[in-house]
Amino acid sequence: MASGHSDPPKLPKAIKLLIAGGFGVGKTTMVGAVSEIRPLRTEETLTDRSVGVDDLSGVEAKSTTTVAMDFGRITIGDEFMLYLFGTPGQERFWFVWDELARGALGAVVLADTRRLADCFPSVDYFERRGTPFVVAVNCFDGSPQYDLDEVKLALNLGPEVPVLLCDARRRESGKEVLIALIEHAYSRRPAAAQEASVR
Amino acid sequence: MNMERSPGESPEEWLLDEPTVRPYVMTRGRTDARGKFDLVTIAVAIRSTTGAEVGLDPEHLTIARLCRRPLSVAEIAAHMDLPAGTVRVLLGDLLEKGFVAVQQPQPEMDVLDERTYRAVLDGLRAL
Repeated sequence: MASGHSDPPKLPKAIKLLIAGGFGVGKTTMVGAVSEIRPLRTEETLTDRSVGVDDLSGVEAKSTTTVAMDFGRITIGDEFMLYLFGTPGQERFWFVWDELARGALGAVVLADTRRLADCFPSVDYFERRGTPFVVAVNCFDGSPQYDLDEVKLALNLGPEVPVLLCDARRRESGKEVLIALIEHAYSRRPAAAQEASVR
Repeated sequence: MNMERSPGESPEEWLLDEPTVRPYVMTRGRTDARGKFDLVTIAVAIRSTTGAEVGLDPEHLTIARLCRRPLSVAEIAAHMDLPAGTVRVLLGDLLEKGFVAVQQPQPEMDVLDERTYRAVLDGLRAL
């Protein structure tokens, strides 16, 4: 109590999760459903790594863009704060900004079976980057009812990637998706294999 | 007397510059705090401000006030309606002057030990 400021306070650690997927698939809805605060919006200036541009000229090697992201928070005890960032939905090529994914523990790729192709770029990106992700199929009214195995096949996902149904509007459903993601990330962490062999 | 002015920070210089957008006026044109603070770096005030501190602008004081409870860079930016980059610079000033303490986020694929995962899973299940 009387320790003055030489004793730094114990602060919660932040854990970043991403909610990705195509435009209008329900990213902000899901953030809002599980967040303990009203979703906030922040603007971030990001550096474009000029994907797909064979930049031999060297003139415009990098450009910056400002994107707006919606995010929410879940406090876990006094030790952790989970931050959920919806990737910028209006930007088709949000994944060119590695800054968003850097430090993320994992990602939820939200899919709409009416426009399944919209989530291809996100799936590709997280696969390439090695970020653990789950695919959550948002069940819109009137969307075709697919078997989860069909979705998995259509997205050409590895057998280890969890695919689940969700209702992005419901808190319980969003919670289940996040739990599935954390469990998946846990099983995939580099130390998991080592520890398994020790036991 | 040394006023600790680095070339880029001289008030005369930035006042003579082309008109800039307001967020960058607040930071006196500085944009270089990137790398030091993630969007989810958590800050908390460790010293109360009186408003009479030399070298603190109103925006610094607002941040110090917001950070009476631990808050992320993203939340500070959202509450103040400022770009995250601007908040990084201002937060850097507060850190340097000893008004805030910060906690960097968990590094990716790093020290996320079993205990962390368990705590997060238990916390989510208990919501």
